[in-house]
Amino acid sequence: MLDKTGIAKRIAQELRDGWYVNLGIGIPTLVANYVDKNITVEFQSENGILGMGPFPYEGEEDADLINAGKQTVTLLPGASIFDSSMSFSMIRGQHVQLTVLGAMEVSQNGDIANWKIPGKMVKGMGGAMDLVASAKNIIVAMMHTNKAGESKLLPECTLPLTGVACVTKVVTELAVMEIKDGAFHLLERAPGVTVEQIKNATAGKLVISGEVPEMKLD
Amino acid sequence: MAINKVVANVEEATKDIKDGMTLMVGGFGLCGIPENSIAQLVKMGIKNLTCISNNAGVDDFGLGLLLKQKQIKKMISSYVGENDEFERQMLSGELEVDLIPQGSLAERCRAGGAGIPAFFTPAGYGTEIAAGKEVRVFNGKPHILESALEADFAIVKAWKGDTAGNLVYKYTALNFNHVMATAGKITIAEVEELVPVGTLDPRHIHTPGIFVQRIFQGKNYEKRIEQRTVRKRS
Repeated sequence: MLDKTGIAKRIAQELRDGWYVNLGIGIPTLVANYVDKNITVEFQSENGILGMGPFPYEGEEDADLINAGKQTVTLLPGASIFDSSMSFSMIRGQHVQLTVLGAMEVSQNGDIANWKIPGKMVKGMGGAMDLVASAKNIIVAMMHTNKAGESKLLPECTLPLTGVACVTKVVTELAVMEIKDGAFHLLERAPGVTVEQIKNATAGKLVISGEVPEMKLD
Repeated sequence: MAINKVVANVEEATKDIKDGMTLMVGGFGLCGIPENSIAQLVKMGIKNLTCISNNAGVDDFGLGLLLKQKQIKKMISSYVGENDEFERQMLSGELEVDLIPQGSLAERCRAGGAGIPAFFTPAGYGTEIAAGKEVRVFNGKPHILESALEADFAIVKAWKGDTAGNLVYKYTALNFNHVMATAGKITIAEVEELVPVGTLDPRHIHTPGIFVQRIFQGKNYEKRIEQRTVRKRS
């Protein structure tokens, strides 16, 4: 079974040289720490940065330089700054190759819910609806089940949707799954996790073909 | 000679903002918010405002200050998760809230300033925010119709501005400030440094002065950091 760092490490393996990538808040943010040294990717932050760097050294933080999670960050050589409408031109115009974000629920046809629990929690969708409506490649990073132990991979989402039929892959503490043809296709198991465990934790349709390999993480 | 947009102070800049008006307020989180103008609106005590702003500040800073005094009737935002008082007022029904996707918010402001009454976007199709909106398919993909946003006043904050109203922002404080500056019937810019016309490099202006009606030298900027994240020196 993976921890949050493990999920981030596994997702980092999906990055390809030359890609522009948008990372959401939470586990997705950690992905930036595990990029293969042999490839170059640039991170986009929807508040208006391309070429976002790591957190600043203590004493060098600048209130005017933050990421979409409102955290102080730095710029890498070649970075650029732009206004919110141009930022979403990049996103809506499909210039960003990969979006990684968290979710409360994902359905077997790729619907995602991550912005609202009616009557309880309403934080807003931020840029998530724009990102999932336009990105071609959307990976969800989340835990397989919620705090009550219920599956977050469902036949249909029960919470208000953020986007429809858009998620391409899900990486959880248990597995890597691809979403296609209305089902979760099991690609890899987390170290020490059995196919049976993944089956039990997945409420939506799960397709298992042949031997399912274990993830390779360093 | 360039047209002079300078007003003496925040009192002068905001004097005709009245109850019930619609305001755009620049910034992303607490980054690049017009601190002086927000403080003045609290002091003026005007009520029933509709505020268009990506976020709603935090409990004790930014637009949170106006929320606390119940001066806001309606918020149009994309993300409000940093403000407990906001969530409480919204869930109890005291505050009217229109949550819209961040990119649609930015583009609706841009459209408002650019004379485009509406546009189609894929963002939000198939979700509850698409309810009642026209859907049209382009290149095989469904899009929803979103309308332009305009405001009685747009209030923005820039790093430097000149007397002609040309604005330059520092780093990500650019965010919503530029698009909102274009969409106000009257746009007020408060700046950290007001400089003589001719001082700013024309090649580096973010917001041309044509969009700005009033500019003033701001003061006492707190520039609070919402999430101070640092790494240790190795």
